[in-house]
Amino acid sequence: MISYKLFTRSALSAVLAAMVAGTANGQTIAITGGKVYPVSGPAIENGTVIITNGRISAVGANVPIPAGARRIDATGKIVTPGFVNSSTQLGVQEIAAVNDTRDMSARGKDNIAAAFTVWEGLNPNSVMLAPARKEGVTSFVIVPTGGLVAGQAALVDLVPGTTTDMILRAPVAMVAEIGDPQSAGLASRGELIVKLRELLEDTKYFQAHRDAFDRAQTRPFAASRLDLQAMIPVVEGRLPLVVTVDRESDIDATMRIAKDYNIKLMIGGGAEAWMMADKLAAARVPVLTGAMNNIPAGFAALGQRQENAALLRKAGVQVALIGNAGGGDEEAFNVRNLKQEAGNAVSYGMTWDDALRAVTLAPAEFFGVADRVGSLQPGREGNVVVWSGDPFEFTTRAEHVFVRGREYNGKTRQDLLIERYKNLPGSHNTPPPE
Amino acid sequence: MRAFLCLLLIGAGACASAPSRTTTSPTPRDSAQADVGRGGTSSPNADPFPSTYVPFPSRTTVIRNVNLLTAAGPLIRNGAILLQNGKIAAVGATVSAPADALVIDGAGKYVTPGIIDDHSHLGVYAAPGGNALSDGNEATNPTTPQVWAEHSVWPQDPQFPRNLAGGVTTLQVLPGSANLIGGRSVVLKVVPGRTVQAMKFPGAKYGLKMACGENPKRVYGQRGGPSTRMGNVAGYRAAWIRAVDYRRKWDKWNADHKGDPPTRDLGLETLAEVLRGNILVHNHCYRADEMAQMIDIAHEFGYTIRSFHHGVEAYKIGDLLAKEGISASVWADWGSFKMEAMDAVKANMALIDHAGARVVVHSDDPSGSQRLNQEAAKAMEAGAEVGLPVSEDQAIKWLTINPAWALGLDDKIGSLETGKNADVVLWTGDPFSVYSKPEKVWVDGALLFDRTDPSEQWRTDFELGFVPFNRN
Repeated sequence: MISYKLFTRSALSAVLAAMVAGTANGQTIAITGGKVYPVSGPAIENGTVIITNGRISAVGANVPIPAGARRIDATGKIVTPGFVNSSTQLGVQEIAAVNDTRDMSARGKDNIAAAFTVWEGLNPNSVMLAPARKEGVTSFVIVPTGGLVAGQAALVDLVPGTTTDMILRAPVAMVAEIGDPQSAGLASRGELIVKLRELLEDTKYFQAHRDAFDRAQTRPFAASRLDLQAMIPVVEGRLPLVVTVDRESDIDATMRIAKDYNIKLMIGGGAEAWMMADKLAAARVPVLTGAMNNIPAGFAALGQRQENAALLRKAGVQVALIGNAGGGDEEAFNVRNLKQEAGNAVSYGMTWDDALRAVTLAPAEFFGVADRVGSLQPGREGNVVVWSGDPFEFTTRAEHVFVRGREYNGKTRQDLLIERYKNLPGSHNTPPPE
Repeated sequence: MRAFLCLLLIGAGACASAPSRTTTSPTPRDSAQADVGRGGTSSPNADPFPSTYVPFPSRTTVIRNVNLLTAAGPLIRNGAILLQNGKIAAVGATVSAPADALVIDGAGKYVTPGIIDDHSHLGVYAAPGGNALSDGNEATNPTTPQVWAEHSVWPQDPQFPRNLAGGVTTLQVLPGSANLIGGRSVVLKVVPGRTVQAMKFPGAKYGLKMACGENPKRVYGQRGGPSTRMGNVAGYRAAWIRAVDYRRKWDKWNADHKGDPPTRDLGLETLAEVLRGNILVHNHCYRADEMAQMIDIAHEFGYTIRSFHHGVEAYKIGDLLAKEGISASVWADWGSFKMEAMDAVKANMALIDHAGARVVVHSDDPSGSQRLNQEAAKAMEAGAEVGLPVSEDQAIKWLTINPAWALGLDDKIGSLETGKNADVVLWTGDPFSVYSKPEKVWVDGALLFDRTDPSEQWRTDFELGFVPFNRN
């Protein structure tokens, strides 16, 4: 018998999680007969996807089925990689209006919180997680919010277990917000840019003069030691910087900064990004945006339109689709509506294949995890969804959702509520019908 | 942002007895209304801000070979509809049209009634937002029945044309939900207008916005109260006690005209009109238990609640709503943004419908309002998943005739039936598909939006020179 005292708490959890998931992960699954969209390559009619030990082991038209595999007949159905929602506060925000369930922001110092690792607050027991997975989202990026530099983002898989179990990669990006000087405690957008440049300058100086800093022989910096430390991978071009920004001129200013400091830039939101699509394409700056908002919700977003994503793609910009409807909890409870966002993107001019890529492989590439998720290729995590039809259409259901090779079809909190009240008056001790 | 959503529920309907206005100049109030005499106007149906709406020019139009979701019967495949003189002149498998009618081939497309959103804040929370345009909550007192949403509406709100492009032809604009009693709503046609009066739906009743739960107690908890739900209920009851008293005095004076009229009170005037049945109550209320309490309050004072808005828990009391004849104006999938929204389920609409109560798909959101068809589609699928399939013939009612009923306008709009206003949407495909969009939208027979013709697209004063859509 293993003595639990030999294990740290997290190690023990990992062992327990492995035991729980053991049989499932060890199982071989063969999804056959469906139209398979690997995303990394052309669609395969009557294709087969094999998942072994939690990972995809084969994808193709003529793939032998391993003996003993669990077979799933996907004839007439569509098979895709699990969707990746790259702009969420899932698991770090349970109920927006209940403060002790909100963990997506840091106080920081002078609105700079680069050291903030938002995923430390991820609650793996959040009831928000299962509804997203049920509708085909298998990975998501937790994005910190607020201030000038909001903190670092992580990409996680929707598997049960601990936060440690869920994390696929952290950090995947640094997140900054530009365009609203007041929320960053400043007077104008120009001052915001100055502040960001000062932070980048100080980061470089700090990096080059660590010894002097440790001897307290440096001038005062714009940020704390931890924040400067956290910014080093950004100025080294190793960690992408996602800048949430809407107005054309702010995007332009952000691109100048990125060029001056060799920063790997991504634009988040980007209401007016379509106005400078050619320049974004030339600079190879990806954009995270949606297709369900055309409200000129502020003077910085007067050019907001639903064709944004399609126009960017047409110009050659890499695009990941995110929720941007503006009022419907798209960052938490309605992370699941990513497929609706994709359908609307198609409706407003994007090709269907591009829309699928924009919710799978594109975000995986942006965040450096394309070798793990976002496509159906051997060696990738077994994040696979079998859809009853076109995944973007309302009448379609995610019939089988696999994350790291394990199928999830447990009841959500909403399922349990419906069971209780489907036949009124409903009661806690009335067994559900059927 | 979310704090101010979910505030709404209003009512509209100032002019319960006002005739539809079809002349081009403002019509004087009719004599019955004008004769409120000698300092008194607290009489039913006073209409001090009358609609000046005039239908836009239209031409006789027939859409042929099109699928019609009528909200008044089963889908008509490859049928036709004739719009003439602002009305639906004929609808069916075949219709005959005059020789000079404009003929539109609707092959592969769908026609529905104009979508009706009974929960909007367009104009009162106009874009581009900010304090200057934040006119939806008179958050200076928890009980403000004296305010009228129309006095906050900015007709140049650029959200109006976007709403029309989403197929919405009628809106109820409500005050927010900061207050227990937030004020009067107004029913608007989604049409360009220099004034709000030019957008007002002729003859529509006003609504009264009331709000339960977290919002009022949050807003007033540190400002003299109410700070609790029990404080909320005491506040509603205190207001209705005064309203009953006020109505009695005025009804007596209106009957005998003896002596000086009682002193007018704007707020009580509105509440008295609710008690007389001339203003419809739209009650923002999330939780099932609170809705049941609001129903008891309505019984206590003798008014009726027309619709509960944002009732994310309506599915728990679908039977009660059916029995009371109260509609549920709800979202497809919003929830969990505050404690009282935690029990939201996507099958809410299907469950309510199954229990026999009226379902209304509402938005409370300028973006969602443009895609109410998609919201209904999500709710249909959620119903199918739990064994409660909803047909398209039924779901179209959630978007049209049911909200028309909630506004008291189901005799004029909300279905494709001969004689009704020609508020009509031509969709590029099945409206419950994510890929379909309104292609053309008519209001009273006038083509006011045409996706295929940018010259037909309405742009507000605000947008002129500002939004460079010609750049790309």
